Amino acid sequence: MKRVAITEGAAKIVRQLKEKHGDLIFHQSGGCCDGSAPMIFEEGDMYLDESDVLLGQVEDVNFYMNQDQFEYWKHTHLTVDVTEGRGSSFSLEIPLGLRFFIHSRLLTDEENKLLSK
Amino acid sequence: MSYSKPKFKEKYGNFINGKFVAPLGGQYFENTSPIDNSLIAKYPRSQKEDVEMALDAANAAKEAWGNTSATERSTLLNKVADIIEANLEEFALIETCDNGKPIRETLNADIPLAVDHWRYFAACIRSEEGGASELDQNTLSLTIKEPLGVVGQIIPWNFPLLMLSWKLPPALVTGNCVVLKPAEQTPASATFLMEKIAEVFPPGVVNIVHGFGPEAGKPLASSPKVDKVAFTGETTTGQLIMQYASKNLNPVTMELGGKSPNIFFNSVMDHDDAYLDKAVEGAVLFAFNQGEVCTAPSRILVQEDIYDAFMKRVVERTNAIIQDNPYDVNTMVGAQASNDQYEKIQSYIEIGKEEGAKVLAGGSANALEGNLANGFYIKPTILEGHNKMRVFQEEIFGPVVCVTKFKDEAEALEIANDTLYGLGAGVWTRDAHQLYQIPRAIKAGRVWVNCYHAYPAHAPFGGYKKSGFGRENHVMMLNYYRQTKNMLISYDKNKLGFF
Repeated sequence: MKRVAITEGAAKIVRQLKEKHGDLIFHQSGGCCDGSAPMIFEEGDMYLDESDVLLGQVEDVNFYMNQDQFEYWKHTHLTVDVTEGRGSSFSLEIPLGLRFFIHSRLLTDEENKLLSK
Repeated sequence: MSYSKPKFKEKYGNFINGKFVAPLGGQYFENTSPIDNSLIAKYPRSQKEDVEMALDAANAAKEAWGNTSATERSTLLNKVADIIEANLEEFALIETCDNGKPIRETLNADIPLAVDHWRYFAACIRSEEGGASELDQNTLSLTIKEPLGVVGQIIPWNFPLLMLSWKLPPALVTGNCVVLKPAEQTPASATFLMEKIAEVFPPGVVNIVHGFGPEAGKPLASSPKVDKVAFTGETTTGQLIMQYASKNLNPVTMELGGKSPNIFFNSVMDHDDAYLDKAVEGAVLFAFNQGEVCTAPSRILVQEDIYDAFMKRVVERTNAIIQDNPYDVNTMVGAQASNDQYEKIQSYIEIGKEEGAKVLAGGSANALEGNLANGFYIKPTILEGHNKMRVFQEEIFGPVVCVTKFKDEAEALEIANDTLYGLGAGVWTRDAHQLYQIPRAIKAGRVWVNCYHAYPAHAPFGGYKKSGFGRENHVMMLNYYRQTKNMLISYDKNKLGFF
């Protein structure tokens, strides 16, 4: 059971970015403008520590979220998708004219049990 | 009355060292209007080399500019204000075209406020003084404020010219040179401004570099040629910029958004009068600027005994909002700034519904007709639920408000402060005690009391908690762009006697 999944369209873009940039990570942003959306960076670019929760992997890319934010998100399952757009921020897909975003759904009781094990 | 799309050139350059220059790599990106997804013009897709060129120009200009008199700098800021004012309608049209916001907002809010910020900082610098303290009979301490040098500024797309006018004037008037990167969604008004003021400042003092975050924003934020970075945006980029600044031991200011509560106590309905009417409008201000405001009052908290009656009025007023062609002066809510925002907002409305929120108004995209069918319109939406839902906790940055009820003051504060953010808040009451005590207990940098969404240059603005730090606007802003030189002067002719 995973907390985070990815659509085929988004997975294709992740593979494309990996070819160009090497190992990557996702970090879920919060706040204004282009916030509330996942951002993808070269591994090592962003300083991560125990305050960042590893939600899982999509296309072999670790997906992180700040612990404080995770407290408000943990009852939901996330799917990374991609759409045409022009986000600002330093996320690596932006020059492609694309932007990752999140679809969410509630985790079922059963899934919650599995995840809390 | 309705306006139409303004004319643009085919492509524009960066503004570096006092003139427009093509990006060194020769690459451009197409900027489109969210009103109908039509092409506006091509803007430079700058790379590190372009940023470096701008930083070199700024560094070359900083000494002479830093030594100009306050009078001179102030006069030039006033000149910019006059130029924007003289071209107000054209700026308003460009802003509406680029951002999608209604023309009545750009004509009456964005551009006039931008003008006022240039004038405010022009005035501030003329009226302030440094310090002199006589520490003892023979010792004088002089405090002189000096510019930092070169400032990098990264601004958002929700109020393009206004955000530029929050950041540029205080940095310039204190004697700094600036390299500013507008958001890639909205490069038009900054470019138009440079066309109009190209001759105002000495070359290198103001530089505008366009491009994408990872390609142009990151080199600007991480460059050792910058003495400070100011950023408005979201938390992840905020953290990255602080990280880069730490390598250069540079100061930063951060404005990172919020999830602002707008609290209505039962006394608002004591009378059916002009004040109640104002309070209802205050709740509906969630839809102002399509909800694309860092301080959007995106959580409405209503005391339970007036909940039904008050919300009935709020829903009626929301349903009366005219959402149509942004060029029409009657339009109140226009288009979201980009397709990805449009998609994100819809995904939030979906998770809100799935979490059990009840839709009291709107609840979907708005399919307009003709050319506008290609634009990005979301109906002003009210979701009823509770504060633990994700739609109550995350900044949707769309015309979507979440409403819940509270029993008493303690519960109102508990809900209001149960958020990661602390940028804005609203308190509405006729009770004189609540007017003071509730705002003091809210953990936010700006609490509007019996009003909302006013942004005067003269009032400090900034966040608590994860909304960032540092302030914008107000005279205190000057010190965010300066360092303090202390001269400790001895008038004593006698030695210490130690050696």
